[in-house]
Amino acid sequence: MMTNMVGALNNALDLLLKESEDVVLLGEDIGKDGGVFRVTDGLQAKYGEHRVMDTPLAEAGILGTAIGMALAGLRPIPEIQFAGFMFLGFDQLVNHASRYRSRTRSALPVPMVVRTPVSGGVRTLEHHSESPEAYYSHIGGLIVVEPSNPYDAKGLLIKASHMKDPVVFLEPTKLYRLFKQEVPDGMYEVEIGKANMVNKGDSLTIVTWGTMVPVVRNVVTKKNVDADVIDLRTINPLDEKTILESVEKTGKVMIVHEASLGFGPGAEISARIAEKAMYELSAPILRVASPSFPYPFPGYENFYVPNEKKVEQAIEKLLSM
Amino acid sequence: MDENSNIDMNLFPKDVTDAKILDMYKTMSMARALDAKALSLQRQGRAVTYAPTLGQEGTQIGAAFAMGENDWFVPNFRQHAVFVARGYPLDKIMLYWRGFEESLAIPPEKKTLAVIVPVATQLPHAVGVAYAQKYKNTGSNVVTYVGDGGTSEGQFYESMNFAGVYKLPLVMVIENNQWAISMPRGKQSAATTLAQKAIAAGIPGIQVDGNDVIGVYKVIKDALAAASDGPTVVECITYRLSMHTTADDPTKYRNDQEVAFWKQRDPLMRIKNYLVKKSLWNDNMENELADANLKKIDEAVEKSESFKPDPQSMFKNVYSYMPDVLEEELDEASKANFWQ
Ligand SMILES: Cc1ncc(C[n+]2csc(CCOP(=O)(O)OP(=O)(O)O)c2C)c(N)n1
Ligand SMILES: [Mg+2]
Repeated sequence: MMTNMVGALNNALDLLLKESEDVVLLGEDIGKDGGVFRVTDGLQAKYGEHRVMDTPLAEAGILGTAIGMALAGLRPIPEIQFAGFMFLGFDQLVNHASRYRSRTRSALPVPMVVRTPVSGGVRTLEHHSESPEAYYSHIGGLIVVEPSNPYDAKGLLIKASHMKDPVVFLEPTKLYRLFKQEVPDGMYEVEIGKANMVNKGDSLTIVTWGTMVPVVRNVVTKKNVDADVIDLRTINPLDEKTILESVEKTGKVMIVHEASLGFGPGAEISARIAEKAMYELSAPILRVASPSFPYPFPGYENFYVPNEKKVEQAIEKLLSM
Repeated sequence: MDENSNIDMNLFPKDVTDAKILDMYKTMSMARALDAKALSLQRQGRAVTYAPTLGQEGTQIGAAFAMGENDWFVPNFRQHAVFVARGYPLDKIMLYWRGFEESLAIPPEKKTLAVIVPVATQLPHAVGVAYAQKYKNTGSNVVTYVGDGGTSEGQFYESMNFAGVYKLPLVMVIENNQWAISMPRGKQSAATTLAQKAIAAGIPGIQVDGNDVIGVYKVIKDALAAASDGPTVVECITYRLSMHTTADDPTKYRNDQEVAFWKQRDPLMRIKNYLVKKSLWNDNMENELADANLKKIDEAVEKSESFKPDPQSMFKNVYSYMPDVLEEELDEASKANFWQ
């Protein structure tokens, strides 16, 4: 079927609900309303209120309840309406989801997928545009996934729900309806922990994910840049192998993300490259990111989020070094 | 005052004169006109996502009139009518809905905190502000707002509990507009009333018809008068006549009959009918008021639309000083001219 990311995710949830009675969805406005982005549209009508639950307005409640469900053998897929509100339930992820497995030496794993929209570019109010992948990756014990296209979105969500781990599944709002793609009708999995090489080249490696994938691809295509473009897809655990192999070939690398620069996800990737491929590099590692402060009000977002111009300048700089 | 504009004289507050009622009505009209304007600007792409106040003016103006000038106001994201009543510049209100932080550069003497979007997270701030009033013996009280949905958040309970323990001069207004996006009040909590949640915190909880501006005024006024003894929770029963925000489609989850039922309980209509009955108001005055309001609103819109954002302001307001590392980011961005 030809579908956008919303359609692909809706279809994945439908298949998962059909596959097993253990799968339950819970979140604010996900039932009758079908979610504020309509990702769960029609699912409550099809599977009932006990499987697609409209919850009271409480994020710690949603995430803690989902953990309990998972510990008792269900496979919950909670939705947090926006990533900016997930911090009200952060405690449950940091103190419990991440470590229930290690705390019980794998006797009690937490198989759940927390879905939440991330990142900006769509002129929303404060707290509707955050890119929080570094927070969740830093904890350890949480798998952090972020698709950039409908095909990956469906396959990664299905894979995530089939795993026995807590997965934080980040959905870029800007990409929800940006484009359509041919997506298989049935079940399929996209491997977690494996990046996707979306462009091949010899002069430069660009590591990116989420909203920045189309931005980078546009620049690379328009300017005919001879670059490996790696769409990480899984941020934690990192697919270090794919990155290092590419860097060994190109000798130059930049990391492009929408999350802010300081102590951001690019720092971790950069450190690993420096530690393991320093002598393959012919230029310093570059990071292109939003500036080091919280996401601004929508009137300022075009001054904040990295745009094609910023990516292009960084590429020129790196290639000239 | 009920929906047919009948007043229960046993409950009627003594300090409410006809002049005050007239003033309340005019302020409600202004708030409503501003709301309509913001909605239409959003539809034209001249404002960001907007959260309407239509139908909730009684709850907001009643409280604003009960508050003293020195009382603090700690809003969530839907109290534009309170901002109007407290004299916050209309162009600044509009600037918020154009998406600029400069709209919230609120002079401290206004005793008003920022518009807060994460539900219920401003309530602990209200507790802290109230503690500071008691601590410094300022005699000021604090009024804060939370929606029916917001009463499900942990921070709502934590705030009530703190306020009860420290006997703080705080009035927590539950603006129960029956909906939290698509969630009806009945599914938000199994509690019969939201006011009764106060019992668990050991503080008084009162329910009032939120579309009766005089009723709201009285209840909040009484609560403020008692604030030196401790906090009160006031549940105002009102209704969100419009969509949750401009990003929402209420036809997905509620029916027209319900909306029609509440339209008959419109907070403006009953006050207007009362004033007309007493020959204090007529169509002529209504038209003049509408024109005057529109004129002020148009000026405010013009002013807010002439605002030119300076991207450097994002960098210069992060810390009390400019760290070298941030200065470098600013320099790089300015030189490279990413902003063009
Ligand atoms: C912590 C948090 N979770 C979710 C949201 C998204 N959201 C915005 S308003 C809203 C419903 C609020 O309902 P209520 O408290 O009744 O206030 P109302 O919108 O009716 O004024 C939701 C879920 C949010 N802003 N903050
Ligand atoms: Mg509400």
